[in-house]
Amino acid sequence: MKFTTPAGQNPIDQGKVVGKPHDRIDGKFKTTGTAPYAYERHDVVANPAYGYIVHAAIAKGRIGAMHLAEAKAAPGVITIVTAAEAGKLTKGDFNTAMLLGGPEIQHYHQAIAIVVAETFEQARAAANLVRVDYERGKGRFDLDEALKTAPLKGADSGEGSKAPPVDRVGDFEGAFAKAAVKLDARYTTPDHSHAMMEPHASLARWDGDKLTVWTSNQMIAWGKGDVAKTLGIPKENVRLISPYVGGGFGGKLFVRTDAIMAALGARAAGRPVKVALARPMMFNNTTHRPATTQRIRIGTDRSGKITAIAHESGSGDLPGGGPETAVSQTKLLYAGANRMTSMRLAVLDLPEGNAMRAPGEAPGLMALEIAMDEMAEKLGMDPIAFRIANDTQVDPEKPERRFSQRQLIKALQDGAKAFGWDKRNAKPAQVRDGKWLIGMGVAAGFRNNMNMKSGAKVSIDRKGIVTVYTDMTDIGTGSYTIIAQTAAEMMGVDMDRVVVRLGDSDSPVSSGSGGQWGANSSTAGVYAACVKLREAVAQKLGFNSGDVEFADGKVRSGNRSVALAEAAGDAGLTAEDTIDYGDLAKTYQQSTFAGHFVEVGVDMYTGEVRIRRMLAVCAAGRILNPKSARSQVIGAMTMGVGSALMEELAVDKRFGFFVNHDLAQYEVPVHADIPYQEVIFLEETDPTTSPMKAKGVGELGLCGVGAAIANAAYNATGIRIRDYPVTLDKMLDKMPPVA
Amino acid sequence: MKPFTYERASSPAAAAAAVARTPGAKFIAGGTNLLDLMKLEIETPTHLIDVQELKLDKIEPTQDGGLRVGAFVSNTALASDARVRRDYGVLSRAIVAGASGQLRNKATTAGNLLQRTRCPYFYDTNQACNKRKPGSGCAALGGYSRQLGIIGTSDACIATYPGDMAVAMRLLDAQIETINPTGQSRTIPIADFHKLPGTTPHVENALQRGELITAVTLPKPLGGTHTYRKVRDRASYAYALVSVAAIVQPDGSGRVAIGGIAPRPWRVDAADAQLRNGSKAVVAPLLAGARPTEDNAFKVPLVERTLAAVLAETRA
Repeated sequence: MKFTTPAGQNPIDQGKVVGKPHDRIDGKFKTTGTAPYAYERHDVVANPAYGYIVHAAIAKGRIGAMHLAEAKAAPGVITIVTAAEAGKLTKGDFNTAMLLGGPEIQHYHQAIAIVVAETFEQARAAANLVRVDYERGKGRFDLDEALKTAPLKGADSGEGSKAPPVDRVGDFEGAFAKAAVKLDARYTTPDHSHAMMEPHASLARWDGDKLTVWTSNQMIAWGKGDVAKTLGIPKENVRLISPYVGGGFGGKLFVRTDAIMAALGARAAGRPVKVALARPMMFNNTTHRPATTQRIRIGTDRSGKITAIAHESGSGDLPGGGPETAVSQTKLLYAGANRMTSMRLAVLDLPEGNAMRAPGEAPGLMALEIAMDEMAEKLGMDPIAFRIANDTQVDPEKPERRFSQRQLIKALQDGAKAFGWDKRNAKPAQVRDGKWLIGMGVAAGFRNNMNMKSGAKVSIDRKGIVTVYTDMTDIGTGSYTIIAQTAAEMMGVDMDRVVVRLGDSDSPVSSGSGGQWGANSSTAGVYAACVKLREAVAQKLGFNSGDVEFADGKVRSGNRSVALAEAAGDAGLTAEDTIDYGDLAKTYQQSTFAGHFVEVGVDMYTGEVRIRRMLAVCAAGRILNPKSARSQVIGAMTMGVGSALMEELAVDKRFGFFVNHDLAQYEVPVHADIPYQEVIFLEETDPTTSPMKAKGVGELGLCGVGAAIANAAYNATGIRIRDYPVTLDKMLDKMPPVA
Repeated sequence: MKPFTYERASSPAAAAAAVARTPGAKFIAGGTNLLDLMKLEIETPTHLIDVQELKLDKIEPTQDGGLRVGAFVSNTALASDARVRRDYGVLSRAIVAGASGQLRNKATTAGNLLQRTRCPYFYDTNQACNKRKPGSGCAALGGYSRQLGIIGTSDACIATYPGDMAVAMRLLDAQIETINPTGQSRTIPIADFHKLPGTTPHVENALQRGELITAVTLPKPLGGTHTYRKVRDRASYAYALVSVAAIVQPDGSGRVAIGGIAPRPWRVDAADAQLRNGSKAVVAPLLAGARPTEDNAFKVPLVERTLAAVLAETRA
């Protein structure tokens, strides 16, 4: 199905199933431990060998020699594979560094060998017996230093919003020079780790020259292609299976070393091999959200109308990598005639930077939405009023493009009312509750909607059970459930009559999960397949497809009614289709909007910042399932608390690695950090996005949260922190004396 | 993890003797720290002697009105004991400020005293660490040191003792009872238990080879108001940036011990003597000679401000 014109009335609009807060259909499997994850596929391989990866101990240089004899002689060891034994490997399209290093080392903890043994403990013990002589090279590990000479660089990454190297509208410098009120400030965000619950894990089995990998991956088709490319085997010989994913956040968009090393280990061992990354190795071995240094300049007239806005961002990556597109939202979020955005990319020899939940907007808004707070204060305006004054219903760079839907003002206004914003004291450091300095902060949330081509196959069997097959993944988001809701709505059956099979590369290629495109795109693919299936049913029954109604497990046309099961017959009926898109996303700017509100307390003695309550008001098209969508948003808000208050991969600039590489040292929020969260979804359907009229929401929940927290901390204390995370060590010297 | 052999000890004396005669042997109790370190091969014992079932799990009154806490009383049991909660509140509060419920259920009194540092360079076996590998150097010096020590450190090591329980025990002047491989007992004041690194940071405590902790005794209750304030980036399940244990008497006198800043719970008699004069007066002798790094210089004012919070709360 080609989606070229805005959707009219269709069966999804009935809202009998879609839009209802249905419990997750996979929830019972997860809570009873019967949802098998990649490392636990005892059902498919009875007696796998265990692989343990040897990681590089240096960040940059070469392996002089590897001494394997002791490890090979260790108890239980079956084989060891290094780059020397692996044969020719080709870097995957979605990787920046090789997933098996050697002799060249590209980053710290890069995989350099896999030790395969009878048990996990034997493999791990033997891996520690591998001795490596390194020739240490000189690496570039200091972002600030590297940015001094870094070139401009645009990006159109897989998951991030695109942005050119430099983008100019009007005369920014001239308008900024003449602006009545202006801000010129620098902000930094550190490197972040996805820190998902389930580590990267794969189980690989060869059957002749055919390879099956049970893995944990967000994008099955990308993964299948890159496994084939890396190993130099035909794509049709690779099957990826990833029905359950214990969190990804962008860290599993791409094939990582677990899958490649499991495949290499299994080939060498002559039997299936499973591999999970060890937690302390994940932070440097896998990808991360790159640190940014951002400069924002905003100029306004006396009334608070923006006349000039510029956002420049610098980030770093390995050679051949890409920039963090932290300026992308600034092209679209606020009005203003004179505009400039630019990005610089430094070459760093730190681990590979790549997508993490809302790449671009997440760190970009952490800076931009503090800058907006600062400007509002300079103008003596309420920060919500300032944002509303600069709202735009058109793309500010191309005014002929309207936003398909834009409810930012309503999100901010409704949020202000629900949150009690009128009780905020605009003057900082005025409100106390015992030893706590209390503050409220607000930020706009913004994340572009992206649509991805997505396919599905839907069948009905003779019992009337509807089964959906697609390589779509559920990374904890609720894909199973919203896909089932879509099929139930379309085929007129109850949820318990729908079976959903996900994450198998033998199924039709879907959008996969990333860039908050999964929900809308994958359900639209299921919609398309269901439309075809409805036609097939009607045709088989000799009904006129124009007036056929699917409801209550029956197919009706005029006064004729046939049970769906009967219509399917003994042979069953199957249809397959793919949703594809025309130019609507070019004609209209499709974005999602939020108002994020936060109240914090700052301990007047210690400077500890603690969240007291949070609210997100989201406008993101049709909400397919308010319960799973809410879970997405509160999870994202929690991630926003982490990025605002504690998360930072600490770089050792001498040795070139992230030092705090385990979950004791890289802190993410715990329950005690998250007291009260509320989510409000605004009524919205967006007919330009797909027949589902939905958009993404899982990343919107993160976008802007960090700045709302930083702004609340400012309101509480009068201390403006522009370098994340907002930790007490940055506050203490500015806190009032307490003796 | 290196392969190891394992036995269950039959008595404290037998356990001590077994460790002394077996090269590479170590005691294991709750194992909440040791097993993690073994997986990373930071600890590589070849033989483990399990002491958990030695029945040293009672909390009993002593003749002079204190409490004798068996070495393998769990953190949970110790923190929730009614006598501890009533008479040694600072200890109960310190324990529950650490780790998680699951870990406290497993962690023991003796094991917690022996908890090793959380210095990230100690935890990464690719990095130089004099504590892990004597003579290899200290990668933390000049590296990322936000969590690390500001006082009592040396040019060989700037790691901290990371725990909470021992800070309260130091405040209470607890005594550590041990048995050695020849069956003799001795008592070590906690002030002498944890060693400063000097040039030998791998020597972390006063225990001799094979010497087993059998109990910790608490002197008779001190009265006063007990506080344990732990400061950290997240609200729970994190090591202290700084922690303050304090007992303040109605007349304003008292004592204070600090965690998270030194290779051992940090207490200075001259600082205790200043408690009536406020946090600034206390901190001058308490942190005299501090050598913070650029990353952790904030801990100096943080100690003073946290102490001010504790004193303000106590007086309120």
